[in-house]
Amino acid sequence: MNKHTPNGIPHTTPRQSATFTQDINSDIRRAAATGIYDIRGGGAKRKVPSFDDLLFMGASISRYPLEGYREKCETNVTIGGLHAENPIELDIPVTIAGMSFGALSGPAKEALGRGASAAGTSTTTGDGGMTPEERGHSKKLVYQYLPSRYGMNPDDLRKADAIEIVVGQGAKPGGGGMLLGQKISDRVAEMRNLPKGIDQRSACRHPDWTGPDDLEIKILELREITGWKVPIYVKVAGARPYYDTTLAVKAGADAVVLDGMQGGTAATQDVFIEHVGQPTLAIVRPAVKALQDLGMHRKVSLILSGGIRSGADVAKAMALGADAVAIGTAALIALGDNDPKWEAEYNALGTTAGAYDDWHEGKDPAGITTQDPELMARFDPIEGGRRLKNYLKVMTLEAQTIARACGKNHLHNLEPEDLVALTMEAAAMAQVPLAGTDWYPGKPGTSY
Amino acid sequence: MQTLDLSEIGLREVNKALHAQSDDTNQTAWTIENARGSHAIACGLDAPIEVTVKGSTGYYCGGMNKQATINVHGSAGPGTGENIMSGKIVIEGDASQYLGATGHGGLIVVKGNASSRCGISMKGVNIVVQGNIGHMSAFMGQSGNLVVLGDAGDALGDSCYEARFFVRGEVKSLGADCEKKEMRPEHIEFLKEILAEAGMDADPSEFTRYGSARNLYNFDVDNAGAY
Ligand SMILES: Cc1cc2nc3c(=O)[nH]c(=O)nc-3n(C[C@H](O)[C@H](O)[C@H](O)COP(=O)(O)O)c2cc1C
Repeated sequence: MNKHTPNGIPHTTPRQSATFTQDINSDIRRAAATGIYDIRGGGAKRKVPSFDDLLFMGASISRYPLEGYREKCETNVTIGGLHAENPIELDIPVTIAGMSFGALSGPAKEALGRGASAAGTSTTTGDGGMTPEERGHSKKLVYQYLPSRYGMNPDDLRKADAIEIVVGQGAKPGGGGMLLGQKISDRVAEMRNLPKGIDQRSACRHPDWTGPDDLEIKILELREITGWKVPIYVKVAGARPYYDTTLAVKAGADAVVLDGMQGGTAATQDVFIEHVGQPTLAIVRPAVKALQDLGMHRKVSLILSGGIRSGADVAKAMALGADAVAIGTAALIALGDNDPKWEAEYNALGTTAGAYDDWHEGKDPAGITTQDPELMARFDPIEGGRRLKNYLKVMTLEAQTIARACGKNHLHNLEPEDLVALTMEAAAMAQVPLAGTDWYPGKPGTSY
Repeated sequence: MQTLDLSEIGLREVNKALHAQSDDTNQTAWTIENARGSHAIACGLDAPIEVTVKGSTGYYCGGMNKQATINVHGSAGPGTGENIMSGKIVIEGDASQYLGATGHGGLIVVKGNASSRCGISMKGVNIVVQGNIGHMSAFMGQSGNLVVLGDAGDALGDSCYEARFFVRGEVKSLGADCEKKEMRPEHIEFLKEILAEAGMDADPSEFTRYGSARNLYNFDVDNAGAY
């Protein structure tokens, strides 16, 4: 007889709530103990409909494949040919997303430049300005123009191969940045004209323009300052992709960078990361439709980001109409972030490899998201660059493998007709048929 | 004196001609005719030249200026002198919103009034306004000086860092974490110099200094209501 059931009545097994999960309860306890919201890095961790819910069909009798090792499958992409004298020519359609010096160490930025250049693609500055290491090691460098304008100056602007006006980020549409005091080293403080050791908040809106009409004039000013030479991208969070893409194109952008909710950030409120924005899968088709409606698809480039991990993701993004993708988190993992070899140290920080996201605290055992000289010294930018190059090559090979199997001699020739969806949600978002059917929710001419 | 007629040659040619000037140019005096509110006039200059703009300007006149002196013989639109690095911009009339936004250095002088968000996010620029300034001026100001001979609107210096504000007239209200500060001899000295450089006649002792109370520099839960 069980001591809890003295009268012989059986107990039910202990049952965890699907509403009050252990994770949620730990959130509540943390909030109760501190009185402040949780801040972390990374992107949405919840499961959302994603590229994993899509499959390629491959060739069959009705269409024939290309030979994997002999027949060409091109991967090059031109970005910004519409208004700029010198568009960006990339060998592969995978670019490195903007990540700030400050959030990342100088050597980590250098490694991103090295890896991207070796793989024939571009890298991007971030909040906090351009460092000489990064410019020096990046063959193609996109210079971000952010609301904070930390480190912004016309000399660096003219050194850039393209300019990216940042309106929003997928991790936090409508939110600004934050770099907490722990990471404000002398060098970071100097580049941002702020005292050392204080929390730095980056504004969520640009200080000198609001709305699409102003944006058009801002783009004009930047083009005048740079002599109409370099392309101008506009980066928006995946909030209202149809309208934002339309307005960016009307304002004169050469490229639209669209960042879904899985997209990483250096630091923001967890509630923002998990509850604001739309999944990457859901934002591509509306943006492509906007470009098509304006007659600008393939003229204004669409660069998609937010949770891109593999060549399969690249191929799916491109099949849905993107011209290229950008990666942040995956690039950091390739450099060595969250590597299990630091497990003991992750444990000491109260976490585990793969889950470490307190990048804002500056204690990264891998020495990547830190300004601590001792931790930074663990990271070798040459080795990091080599690893990133390898990873970018693999992604490209994977995307080519899929494209050839679909009979395409250029990644850009992948199309929605090559895809099916595994779930109703993915079918509706990607507007490709549910596997085994010729139907998706919202398909024109159907009655659902 | 070189004259460029905007209505004849267009913005691109005007800016191209000015951008072609180098440190040792001997064509130092330029006049731009027929500004007519055009945007981005004389932005991105980087040479020790003196440019006079005849008429009022649109957005971003003198944006990101280095070295050059720009005189606007009229009023100036939004974002004039945004992100200025060095040199000088003098506006004879009034200035619209976001004057000198994020400016890193140099001097901007307004003979009339400046609208809202004057000196927003300033990072080292000095701004002298003879008249009044609008609301939310110097929001998130990081460094540099904003000197106002008239009055300031609501929420002056909201969430500011180390920028300093000197106002001779009334301040309608101070923004979060901005407070009145004592005027020490070095501040009087600074005002004397900057007023002389701006060509303005005012008694430094009549100004009040404002700046950051530094209570919001590092997040403290007990200050949450102040954000
Ligand atoms: C450490 C880190 C720092 C970032 N810093 C910036 C930044 O300064 N500016 C910006 O526009 N986006 C920034 N982002 C977002 C990336 O540019 C990009 O949108 C995002 O990482 C893409 O999603 P992914 O991480 O899933 O690849 C940052 C992301 C990370 C992970």
